Amino acid sequence: MKYSYYPGCTLKNKAADLDLYARKCAEILGFELEEINEWQCCGGVYPLGSDEIATKLSSVRALNDAKEHGQDLVTLCSACHHVLKRVNDDMKNVSDISDRANNYLALDEPYRGETKVLHFLEVLRDVIGFDELAKKVTNPLTGKKIGAYYGCLVLRPGKILEFDDPENPKIMEDFIRALGAEPVVFPYRNECCGAYTSLKEGGISQERTKLIFDSSNGFGADMLITACPLCMYNLNKSEADSKIPVYYFTELLAEALGAKEGNS
Amino acid sequence: MQRIGVFVCHCGTNIAATVDVKKVVELVRFEPGVVFADDYMYMCSEAGQEKIGEAIKEHGLTGLVICSCSPRMHEKTFRACAEKAGLNPYMVEIANIREQCSWIHKDREEATEKAVILARAAIAKVNLNAPLQEGESPVTKRALVIGGGIAGIQTALDIADAGYQVDIVEREPSIGGRMSQFDKTFPTLDCASCILTPKMVEVNQHPNITLYTYSEVEGVSGYVGNFDVQIRKKARSVDMAACTGCGECQAKCPLGKSGKIPSEFDRGLRGRSAIYMPFAQAVPAVPVIDRENCTYFKTGKCGICAKICPSKAVNYEQEDEIVTVKYGAIVVATGFDIINLDKYGEYAYNESPDVITSIELERLMNASGPTGGHLERMSDHKQPKDIVFIQCVGSRCDDERGKPYCSKVCCMYTAKHAMLIKDHWPDTNITVFYIDVRTPGKNFDEFYRRAVEQYHVNYVKGQVGKVIPQPDGSLMVQAVDMLDNKQIMKKTDMVVLAAAIEPNKGVRKIATMLTASIDNNDFLTEAHAKLRPVESPTAGIFLSGMAQGPKDIPETVSQAGAAAVKVVGLLAKDKLKTNPCTAKCDPMFCNGCSTCANVCPYGAITYEDQLVRGPGVNETRRVAVVNNALCQGCGACTTSCPSGAMDLQGFSNRQITTEVDSICR
Repeated sequence: MKYSYYPGCTLKNKAADLDLYARKCAEILGFELEEINEWQCCGGVYPLGSDEIATKLSSVRALNDAKEHGQDLVTLCSACHHVLKRVNDDMKNVSDISDRANNYLALDEPYRGETKVLHFLEVLRDVIGFDELAKKVTNPLTGKKIGAYYGCLVLRPGKILEFDDPENPKIMEDFIRALGAEPVVFPYRNECCGAYTSLKEGGISQERTKLIFDSSNGFGADMLITACPLCMYNLNKSEADSKIPVYYFTELLAEALGAKEGNS
Repeated sequence: MQRIGVFVCHCGTNIAATVDVKKVVELVRFEPGVVFADDYMYMCSEAGQEKIGEAIKEHGLTGLVICSCSPRMHEKTFRACAEKAGLNPYMVEIANIREQCSWIHKDREEATEKAVILARAAIAKVNLNAPLQEGESPVTKRALVIGGGIAGIQTALDIADAGYQVDIVEREPSIGGRMSQFDKTFPTLDCASCILTPKMVEVNQHPNITLYTYSEVEGVSGYVGNFDVQIRKKARSVDMAACTGCGECQAKCPLGKSGKIPSEFDRGLRGRSAIYMPFAQAVPAVPVIDRENCTYFKTGKCGICAKICPSKAVNYEQEDEIVTVKYGAIVVATGFDIINLDKYGEYAYNESPDVITSIELERLMNASGPTGGHLERMSDHKQPKDIVFIQCVGSRCDDERGKPYCSKVCCMYTAKHAMLIKDHWPDTNITVFYIDVRTPGKNFDEFYRRAVEQYHVNYVKGQVGKVIPQPDGSLMVQAVDMLDNKQIMKKTDMVVLAAAIEPNKGVRKIATMLTASIDNNDFLTEAHAKLRPVESPTAGIFLSGMAQGPKDIPETVSQAGAAAVKVVGLLAKDKLKTNPCTAKCDPMFCNGCSTCANVCPYGAITYEDQLVRGPGVNETRRVAVVNNALCQGCGACTTSCPSGAMDLQGFSNRQITTEVDSICR
């Protein structure tokens, strides 16, 4: 199975681990991530202005590239995933944006949201299946108590992302279970980490991450996993007393599949 | 050729504001067959009807077209009016120029043109109308009430007191419904059991009432006055006649103490035995065995209840029994439940045992409930010092998780809960988060104000965003105070959710069996929202209680009485007039292929050998025969008949094609 792959800028520097382990694991699990040619930054934030198309064009190019290859488009970063899925929805359902973007890009064939965007976790759940994944685990993470920190970008708006129930998600808990570890459900798992406010007003993300750590630690988690480089950044910057280690989910996946050694 | 009179109604401004009524009169005057046309402000009024009567006599009219509202509204009125003036009522046609024209169009010119077209179609049809005679059918003087909650109980009692036989079919082992779970009732705070249980006993002892508990309606056939209903009496595994209701069996059932089987009656707050009565005051006081959970039925071992039963009433061999009973009328009183809260993950209902629904709180406050009426947290059995109530959980909701309507009773029962708690434990701190407080009803707003002013319950206008269980076992409530424009983080011990009300599961199945219509929310629809609020559009089906829409106990009891009166009105008749618009087979064209019988939903078509004589035909062959008492005039046979032998009287193929032709002209 071959997928078009959109890594995004952060995965090329700060979050290189997220990318590296994902590729390794994909190989073991029997699918290929084919990086899109000359992809450009998604912008990092979905542009809410309804009369604005310039900031959506890079996403449309990536989506169209996948379409031309006849492949589904896989992402890892929560922000890229969020932007691509929402722009794709615009291209499919908002004729004004779709028409103007197509007029501008003048593609051979207009792009109308045909590409299916999948998060890496969705591939694991819907294509591979967590039961199958569990069978391939050679180094089960037995005894580890892991809290799944979803953040908000990967879940909301639920109707467009269709990733999981935004109030009560379970995909990452199922993932943790497949790796042989014990998921710790904590109420702040789908709350915002403060996102970009940390660049301007560190106080907010300090407050938010403290709540996240107090809650996850309080309910007995030894570590957190995330799919989002920005969440990772804010959680790492946290000065909370209750702080516990945070990993990208792909790193633990690689560890469970026995692919971590030799790379790190 | 008919002599047709056309009467165009203004309906005040309802029609006249959008349709140029005078112009319609002018234009239809020259249609074939029309000898008279006139308009009037309110055709349905006495003066309007007199006008029609006079015109019939003066102009010797043989057919009428009334351009007015929907036939569902006034077809009966105008047919009666025609009959009074000596015309066959089936020579009247209605052109609906209100609901299907003036109300839905804005442009006066277009609406007028459409009104003329609709009138023209009706005129074309009347030209082919023939007088039809109504038949008669007998009435079975027995009523069925589906559902044994307070709505069904009251309806049954009222019918029975009027001297008619009534059967109640209740799915659960006991009658009593939701009300039997409640602690106190608003706004008087009298105890629910104290006012309900005497009625339950009365039902049980009434000579005119037969109870079918632990039973379900399995199939319905027939029509108004003559329903045949199949009732499945599920195997109770206990002999009703022999059992004395001593309760020994459930006391000794080994599963009783295990807590493995959640008690439906206590909303899962405690366990019950496998042989059980839902509650101590159950009517009938005869337990049932829950075969899915009973050890004897699962493994063949145990059998303790049978061994210890002093009256040898336990019978493991009992089987479901199906009885068929004839009824003249059916009342649907299937009640309600609260919505499933799985989609409301933000309130942590599934995560925390201290987040409960209002019905669970009723059980916790009830002296016969799992805690003996002592309010405590299910997690640590400590008495909560701080309680948060969240209103409108799923009510007045604009997405698909919840319901668009107001559940109507939550504001009042929450005020009730708050006051009852404050009465028992005055130092409890209570906060209610609301969107609006809605308390219309006699003595209702006074009741709510008492909660605020005398009991100092803290009402906060604003919705709760999230309930966050804390590692220390408390709950953090994240909310907004809209009047103060502030975010609130509030620590509390217990959260009570006023979950939206929805019709009981299974009402869809029952509505389908009865061909009674339901709305988008699965509430049963009334025949007319204002004028026929307790009748279903399907003749002979009546509505009582929450099955028709959210309502409180006083309203439910009033509606139950109203439904009973309608039923009694029907059962008091010896004969009913039958609709003459039934299918008819022309034996000349029928070749007995059975297509019509296969599509007939009422089993009204049979076949017999008939001598068919006509041009070039003289033979005895199998042809279709319609039973006019069973036929409901749906027309399925006429559209499926390959040779065109079947025709619907009053809506013949020729009449309908003529209507279409005149519209397309």
